[in-house]
Amino acid sequence: MKWESVSDFFAMGGYGLYVWGSYLVAILCVIGEVVWIRIRRRTLYKHLGLRKGSILRGEK
Amino acid sequence: MTINWFKYASPASFYFLAGRMIPYFSIAATLFLIVGLYIAFFSAPTDFQQGEAYRIIFIHVPAAWMSMFLYVVMAFWAGIGLAFNTRLSSMMASAIAPTGAMFAFLALWTGAWWGKPMWGTWWVWDARLTSELILFFLYIGFMSLQAAIDDPRRADKAGAVIALVGVVNVPIIYFSVQWWNTLHQGASVSLIQSPKMATAMLSGMLIMVLAAWMYSIVMILIRARLIILERERHTAWVSELKEGVLE
Repeated sequence: MKWESVSDFFAMGGYGLYVWGSYLVAILCVIGEVVWIRIRRRTLYKHLGLRKGSILRGEK
Repeated sequence: MTINWFKYASPASFYFLAGRMIPYFSIAATLFLIVGLYIAFFSAPTDFQQGEAYRIIFIHVPAAWMSMFLYVVMAFWAGIGLAFNTRLSSMMASAIAPTGAMFAFLALWTGAWWGKPMWGTWWVWDARLTSELILFFLYIGFMSLQAAIDDPRRADKAGAVIALVGVVNVPIIYFSVQWWNTLHQGASVSLIQSPKMATAMLSGMLIMVLAAWMYSIVMILIRARLIILERERHTAWVSELKEGVLE
C-alpha cells in the first residue's frame, strides 16, 4: 500500500484540496446528470401514463 | 442471410434495442470505474515532478477526450439528420449534447484545479483552454437553440447548423498545443509515439476513458429513449406501449 494512513491518503501529498476538489465536482456532475435524467423521465412517464420502473434496467 | 440494416433506423425498433443494451453498458461502466479508480489512487505511482496533484489526470483527460469525441459524433448525427431528414439521427444528436456539455465542463473545471497548483493560476486565455471553453459554449448554444424552438423538426435543423459549424473547433482544440505556444502541455499520449508516462498511469487513464465511454453510452441511450417517447407519443406503437400490448 502506497499510503501510510487514511489522513495521508486524504492529504494527497499536500495537494488534497485540488485533487478532491476535482473528484468531488466530477462525482456531483455525474449524480446531477443521473438525477436530471430521472426527473425528465418521471415527468414524461406521468404525462404519457406509463408505469415507473428502473431506469438502468431499460425495460420496455 | 440478409440483415435489414435500416430496421434500427426506425425510432420504435431502436427504442427497444437501446432498452436491452442499457443494463450491459451500465455494468461495464461500473466495473471500469471501480478498476480505474483503484489504479488511480492505489496502484499508480507518485509523479516525480507533480507529486500527487497529477492524479487529476484520471478525470481530466477522459473528460476532455469525451467532450471532443462526443461533439464530433453529435455533429455527425445532426448532419445526417439535416441531409437525409432521418428522424432518429437528429434525436441522437440531441441526446448526446448534455453529456458532451457535462464532460466539457469537467475538463475545464479539473483543468482549473490542476492549473492552480502547477501553473499558479486557475485560468489563462491560452489557445487550448480558450478553444475548450468555446466547445462548452457550443454545446450550451446547441441545447439552448433547440430548447427555444417549439417545432422539433425545425429545432433539429437549426441545431444541426450550429453543430456542423462548430465542428471546426475540434481540430483546433486538438492541435492548439502545436500551433500556438501554450501554457498547456503537449500531448502525452499519441498514436504515432510511445506514451510519455508510466504504465500504471497510462493504463489507469485508459480504463477511466473506457468508463467514461460506457457512462456516455448509458446516458445517451436513456436520453435517446426519452426523446423518442416524447416525439413519437402520438404514434400507434407508443399507444400500444401505454396499453401494455408491447410487453
